[in-house]
Amino acid sequence: MANKAYQRVYTQLEAITKATVSLKAKGVSNDELAVVHGKLAQVVRTKGDMVTLQVFSGTEGIPTNAEVQFLGAPPTLKVSDQLAGRFFDAYGHPIDGGPEVEGEERQIGGPSVNPYKRRQPSELIPTGIAGIDLNNTLVSGQKIPFFADPDQPYNQVMADVALRADVDKIILGGMGLSNDDYLFFRHSFESAGALEKIISFVNTTEEPPVERLLIPDMALTAAEYFAADKNEKVLVLLTDMTLYADALSIVSNRMDQIPSKDSMPGSLYSDLAKIYEKAVQLPTGGSITIIAVTTLNDGDITHAIPDNTGYITEGQLYLRADPDSGKVIIDPFRSLSRLKQLVQNKKTREDHSQVMNTGVRLYADAQNAKTKLENGFDLSDYDHRCLAYAKEYATRLLSIDVNIKIDEMLDTAWELFGKYFTKAETGIKEALAQKYWKEQ
Amino acid sequence: MAKTKGIVTGIVSNLVTVQVDGPVAENELCYISLDGTPLMAEVIKVSGKNASVQVFESTRGLKNGDTVEFEGKMLEITLGPGLLKGVYDGLQNDLTSMKGVFLKRGEYTDPLDREKLWDFKPIAKPGDKVIAADWLGEVMEGWLPHKIMVPFSFKGEYTVKSIVAEGQYNVDKQIAVLTNSDGEDVPVTMTQKWPVKVAVKAYKEKPRPDKIMETGVRVIDSFNPIAEGGTGFIPGPFGCGKTVLQHAIAKQGEADVIVMAACGERANEVVEIFTEFPELIDPHTGRHLMERTTIICNTSNMPVAAREASVYTAMTICEYYRAMGLRCLLLADSTSRWAQALREMSNRMEELPGADAFPVDLSAIISNFYARAGMVILNNGQRGAVTFIGTVSPAGGNLKEPVTESTKKAARCFYALEQNRADQKRYPAVNPIDSYSKYLEYPEIAEYLNKTVEDGWVDKITTAKNIIRRGRDASEQINILGDDGVPMSYHVTFWKSELIDFCFLQQDGFDPIDSLCPIERQKYMLLLILDICDKDFDFEDYEKCRDYFKNMINLIKQMNYSEFQSESFVSYQNQLQKLLEENGK
Repeated sequence: MANKAYQRVYTQLEAITKATVSLKAKGVSNDELAVVHGKLAQVVRTKGDMVTLQVFSGTEGIPTNAEVQFLGAPPTLKVSDQLAGRFFDAYGHPIDGGPEVEGEERQIGGPSVNPYKRRQPSELIPTGIAGIDLNNTLVSGQKIPFFADPDQPYNQVMADVALRADVDKIILGGMGLSNDDYLFFRHSFESAGALEKIISFVNTTEEPPVERLLIPDMALTAAEYFAADKNEKVLVLLTDMTLYADALSIVSNRMDQIPSKDSMPGSLYSDLAKIYEKAVQLPTGGSITIIAVTTLNDGDITHAIPDNTGYITEGQLYLRADPDSGKVIIDPFRSLSRLKQLVQNKKTREDHSQVMNTGVRLYADAQNAKTKLENGFDLSDYDHRCLAYAKEYATRLLSIDVNIKIDEMLDTAWELFGKYFTKAETGIKEALAQKYWKEQ
Repeated sequence: MAKTKGIVTGIVSNLVTVQVDGPVAENELCYISLDGTPLMAEVIKVSGKNASVQVFESTRGLKNGDTVEFEGKMLEITLGPGLLKGVYDGLQNDLTSMKGVFLKRGEYTDPLDREKLWDFKPIAKPGDKVIAADWLGEVMEGWLPHKIMVPFSFKGEYTVKSIVAEGQYNVDKQIAVLTNSDGEDVPVTMTQKWPVKVAVKAYKEKPRPDKIMETGVRVIDSFNPIAEGGTGFIPGPFGCGKTVLQHAIAKQGEADVIVMAACGERANEVVEIFTEFPELIDPHTGRHLMERTTIICNTSNMPVAAREASVYTAMTICEYYRAMGLRCLLLADSTSRWAQALREMSNRMEELPGADAFPVDLSAIISNFYARAGMVILNNGQRGAVTFIGTVSPAGGNLKEPVTESTKKAARCFYALEQNRADQKRYPAVNPIDSYSKYLEYPEIAEYLNKTVEDGWVDKITTAKNIIRRGRDASEQINILGDDGVPMSYHVTFWKSELIDFCFLQQDGFDPIDSLCPIERQKYMLLLILDICDKDFDFEDYEKCRDYFKNMINLIKQMNYSEFQSESFVSYQNQLQKLLEENGK
C-alpha cells in the first residue's frame, strides 16, 4: 500500500456502529483503505464531507477520538510465484511464519473478462469420485458449489477433489473455517506432498466475520495471476460461501440498507456473481475453476443464499447421507453439472452419457419401489431387483469414498446392470449393449 | 449552449450524488472524470442542485470533488447497417473490437464499422414528401434488405431535396438532404441515434396480432402459441431448462432478425452462443444463424446499471428493424436480473421499498417495456413485428414473487417451467395445464389457426388439454388407492395423458430432427395421437395396460426421431397401426 508523502491524520469520529465508523474527511476515494485505531477499514460511502468506513475486524474498542489514516488505494495483493505453498490471512499477510511475498502489487476485485474473449470450457477434471465424474462431470472453467448440511463432510470431499484434480495450482479461500478444519486442510495438503502448488487465504471462526469479505477477492486475484499471466490451470476452493453472504448482510444491515429476502442485501445476486464469474477458460490456455461450499439450513434450497447461488453457478453437487448403504453419497437426482455434456462421450468413453442416464433412471425406479414399500403395497420382482441394485449402486458408485478411474466406473455400472436387469429393462441403446453388456 | 457541469459530492457503490451548476434532465447522460478516464453515468433523480446518477462502471477510486460533465441527451444508441452479427455490451459497445482479455473501465468502442462500403440503392426521389421512418433507400445486410430511413427523431413532414445515386458508400456518407416545413435543409446519413428508454412510435398503427410465430417447439406452437408481435414469458427455478428452451426458440423462431439480450446471466452461456451459432443454419432460410442475430451481452459480473440499460438497447434495435418491415424476435434472459438492478439502485437511493424490497413502480416499468413489442403497420402499409419473450428467475422457484406477478400482468403468454417435470427429465419442462396463451382467445388468431393449420384446430387443442387434466386426476386417485384399487378405466385415462405427454409435449432439444417440429408435422402428430385417445381399450390388468401404452409411446417417439414421412417414419407408423389393431376399438 503506497504511502503518500503527506498523510493527514483524523482524530474525530462522528458515528460508530458494530461494523462501520463515520467521520468528516476530505479527498477520500471510493473503495480506498484506511487504518482506524490500528485496524484496517475500507471506504463504503461518502456523503459531502462525511465518510463511512467498514472496519474489517469490527469496531470493538474504537473510541471517538481514534486516529484515522487513509492509505490512498483499495486492497491489494502482491502477486508472484512466491505465493505458491504459502498460507495467508484475509489481508494477504503470511500466517505460516514465512517472509512477506515480494511481487507486483495488484488491486483485488479487478475487472471482468470480456465475455467475447472467453473460450468454451472443454477439459475434463477427473476427481475419482463416481458421483461426480460419472453423473456430474466437472469441466475446467466451471463454477460449481457443494450444497450440504453443516453436518456433512464437505471439507473432506473438497480436499479430496482438489488433491486428485489434475491442475497446476490449488487456491483455498477459507471463510469462517473452524480452526480444526483449517488444520485439517493444512495437514492434508502437507501430507499429500502437494504443498508447492497450494496457496491458502484463511479466515477462521476466531477472526472477525467482516474480514471474510476480502477472502474470495484475494484468492481470485492470486488465481488470475496464475491463470492469465502464467497460463496455468487453477482450481479455487471457496468454503463456506454461506458465511461470506452472512458477512455481507451484517455490513449492509449496519449501513441501514433495506434488506430483501431472508434479510440478505438486495445486491446479493450481483455480489455472488462477481465472485463466481471469475471462473473462466481463457483463450491463452489458462483457466480458473471454482468449487465452493454453500451450507444449507436443513436442506432448504429456497433460502436466498443457495437460491441465488444456483442461478449463478453451473450446477450444484448435493451431499446426502444414504441410510440404505450407510454412506454419504452425491445425490444423483438433485445434483447437476451444466457443463458435463461438453466432455461426456468426447473426452470420455462413448457409452458415458447412456450409462449415466440409465444408472440414474434405475436408481429412480428403486426410489419408487421404496415409496411403494413404505405405503404398504406389494412389491413386484422388478421392484425387489431395483432395491438390491440401488444399494450396490450407492455403495460402489455414489459414495464419496470411491476413488476409481472413469472407465472403471463405467465397467462397474455395466456389471450392475447385467447383475440385476435384462437388456430390455435398461432400455440402453442396442449398439452399446452389444459391446459392453456383462452377462452374469 | 454550454454544457451543465457538476462535482461529485457523495458515493455509495455505483450511486453517485453530483452537485450541478445548471439544468439537468431525468435520464440525462453524463461523464464523471476519474483521473482523466470518463465514466458514463445516467441521472436517475434530481433534488434541488443535487442529481443522483447511476454509474455504468465500477466507481472504485472516485472522489468527492471529481468533475462531471452533462451531455444534454439521454442514453442513446447508434442505428445503421452492420448491427446484425454484432456482439455488444448493454451500452452498445462493440465487445469484439476491444483489446485485451479484461474489460477496461472507460473503454467505449464504436458499434458500427465506419469504413465498410455498402451497396446503396435509393428508394425515395427528389420531391417526395416524407416523415420519420419513411424509407429513403436500402442496402443489403447479409440477405436482409436494410432500409435507410428518415431518422425517427424528425418531426413533421419533409421534402426530399436530393438523394445520392446507386453506389457504394460507408455509413457516414450523406445520402440525402431533406427540407423541413421551415425551408431548412437537413442532411441524412445511413445512421441515426435514438434514446433507448423511449419507444419508437414512427408507424401508422399497432393493431392486434393476427397470426402466430412458429418456434418449432410443440408445447408452444400447438398448446399455447405466441403471436407474431406478441409477448410471452418463461418463469422457472434454476435447472429447469429456461436457457435451453430460449436457445431453441432463438435457433428456430420464424423471424427475420433475432436479438438476444443476455442480461445478468452466466458468461459461459453467451460463450455457447458465440461458439455454436456461427456453425448453425437457420432452418427457414438456410443461412448462418449468426447473420440474423445480434447479441447484447451484459453478464452477471458486468456493471449493474449497464445491465438495466441492456434490455432497452436490445428493444431499440428490434424496433429499428421492425420499421423496415421485418419480423423481429427479442429474447431476454433474464428479466429478473434487470428487476434486481432496479432494486439495487432504489435501495441505494433509500426509496421506500415495495414487496421484497423491489421499487414500488416495478410493475409499471415492466408493463411499459412489454408494451414496446407488437405488430405494427408502417407508414407505407407494410407489416413489421417485434415479438418479445423474457425469462424470469423467481426467487426460490416461487411464482408468487413481485417480478413474476408483475410480468404476468404484462405478458400475454405464460410458459411455466416446473421443477417436478424437470426432475423427471420431461423436457421442455413447460407445465401444460398452468401455462396459457391469451392469443388463443383472440378470434382473429383462432380464425388464422383454423384456416392455416386445420379446421377446428383450437377445439382439438382444448381436447388434448382436457385429456392431460383428466389423466392428472386419475393419477392422483391411483396414487391414493393403489394400482389395484381403481377400475381399469383410470389406468387407461392416465396412460392416454402420458401418451400426449411423452409423444407430443416432450421434445428432445438436442436431437437434430426432433428439436425442430414444423406446425404441419405438429398437426399430423397431434391428430394421430388424439385419434388413439379417442379409442376404447380393454386390458386384463394394469401391467398389461402399462406395457401396451409404453410400446405405443416408444413407437411414436421413434417417429418423432425420424425424418417426417421418411421410410423409417412410415415403418414405425405401420407398427403402431398393427399394435392398435390388437386392442383399440
